[in-house]
Amino acid sequence: MSVLTLDIVTRRRRRSGLGVLGWTSLAVVAVAVLLAIVGPVLRPFDPNLADLSFANVGAYGSHVLGFDGQGRDLLSRLMAGARTTLTGAAFVALVAIVAGSLIAVVTAWFGGVVDAFAAAVLDVLFAFPGILLAVVAAAILGPGLLSAGLALAVAYIPYVTRVLRGAALKERAMTYVAALEVQGFSAWRLCLRHLLPNISALIIAQGTIMFGFAMVDLAAISFLGLGVQSPQADWGVMISDGKSGLLQGYPLESLSAAVCIVAVVSAVTFLGERLEARAKESRR
Amino acid sequence: MPEDPILAVRGLRKQFGAHVAVDDLSFDLHRGRSLAVVGESGSGKTTVARMIVGLERPAAGTIVACGRDRSRPARGGAERKRRGREVQIVFQDPYASLDPRQSGAVLVDEVLRVHHDHDAATRRRITGELADLVGLDQRQINALPRDLSGGQRQRLAIARALATDPRVLILDESVAALDVSIQAQVLNVLADIRDERGISYILISHDLAVVRQLTDDAVVMRKGAVVEHGPTGRLLDDPQHPYTRMLRASVPGPGWKPARTLRPAAPPSS
Repeated sequence: MSVLTLDIVTRRRRRSGLGVLGWTSLAVVAVAVLLAIVGPVLRPFDPNLADLSFANVGAYGSHVLGFDGQGRDLLSRLMAGARTTLTGAAFVALVAIVAGSLIAVVTAWFGGVVDAFAAAVLDVLFAFPGILLAVVAAAILGPGLLSAGLALAVAYIPYVTRVLRGAALKERAMTYVAALEVQGFSAWRLCLRHLLPNISALIIAQGTIMFGFAMVDLAAISFLGLGVQSPQADWGVMISDGKSGLLQGYPLESLSAAVCIVAVVSAVTFLGERLEARAKESRR
Repeated sequence: MPEDPILAVRGLRKQFGAHVAVDDLSFDLHRGRSLAVVGESGSGKTTVARMIVGLERPAAGTIVACGRDRSRPARGGAERKRRGREVQIVFQDPYASLDPRQSGAVLVDEVLRVHHDHDAATRRRITGELADLVGLDQRQINALPRDLSGGQRQRLAIARALATDPRVLILDESVAALDVSIQAQVLNVLADIRDERGISYILISHDLAVVRQLTDDAVVMRKGAVVEHGPTGRLLDDPQHPYTRMLRASVPGPGWKPARTLRPAAPPSS
């Protein structure tokens, strides 16, 4: 009896709300999104205006966070960088989940040979790490956010597809799909109007989690100099630009950008995992 | 019978690998009549239903419904939809057979939109009539499946099947998952619908009481093959084949003792 009560209590608590961590995460994400939208407009100074005589100067007057290694206003660069960083990650997550859900639904629908072939191709793709693909993409398309983003998206597709394919297969096997097939519904209508909406909660959760991964990986790619190019403001680029400051004892440039990334990634991942848990729970 | 059968099945066969699920099955179903397909689990009953509605492809044999062959996959959307207006099915599990995101009204409306060019008002009227027919009230037809009981869901599944106004309705253990009093309600609904619409039923069941209540003829299947075929009343009162007698004897009634039931020669394969 005690086990049963405990089960009910934990389940109710899980469903009842976000909790302190959840609300904090939501607040962090809200601030980050707001910054991405209005940051580049509201920034107090030109993020690219360099004055080497102010290099690595700390907080000074209205320059709340001081200056970076090239004498640019740090706060302005963080605010302007939010847009590049978040849109880059959003692009990766969007491409990965759109392609992933498409592959998942199509393979689940046709099954058999199509499914086996897709599974084999995905197994091969699993072998390529995102960073490696990004290096190759940079070599072919030239370094930049687009080539890095595309490479990462391709690298994430197998992960997204693996999760979504399981859900789509389960949904495909439900008798309501068979009933609607007997009604004469087209495969198109069944997939778009019934299969896809019924796994949408999981798709959104996967997208959120992939967004977090993408921020970290894009920062790493920027650090290698293959992603967003300096002087454009971007949190990953700022970590990279702050390298010399780190060695000279002025860690603020790298550190502030890193804190932003870690905060947003932690918040997004936490929310994504909660969404995923909820999506899976409601499926049972 | 003077008229052609509404559904004619000849020499139907299906195998999954080495396992023969259905072997040389033939029967006729006439307008307004009901046929039971009886047998224990794994006897191939459900495979028969899935072949008739086109979810499985027969290895051999023909299925002719309303004068048109349907033993091959439909070529194109028009034929697929026409088949949907000829034969419909209600599945066993009322919990998996409805899209969890659609209320009954939305579901029936979508089926009507796929099949006809009715305007919104006409679709609403037909949806209301179908809800009345299966005994769902205004609140229930507008509720999501998770807010409905098993019996109400099964009524909704029946309404969905009837939305295309089919000539034949297959009931694949459709009342087996419901408790006895709800089962009786749903069976009454089905009997009323048959009287009102002149629809033919194929009732797939292992429940002989349900079979006796709803059907005129019966086919007894064992391991994919027909062992006995005839009018339901005679078949149940005076079974000729030992397997039919065994099925009869397995029904718990007054004085029933487990030890008295005959065991089939080999354990049933599923």
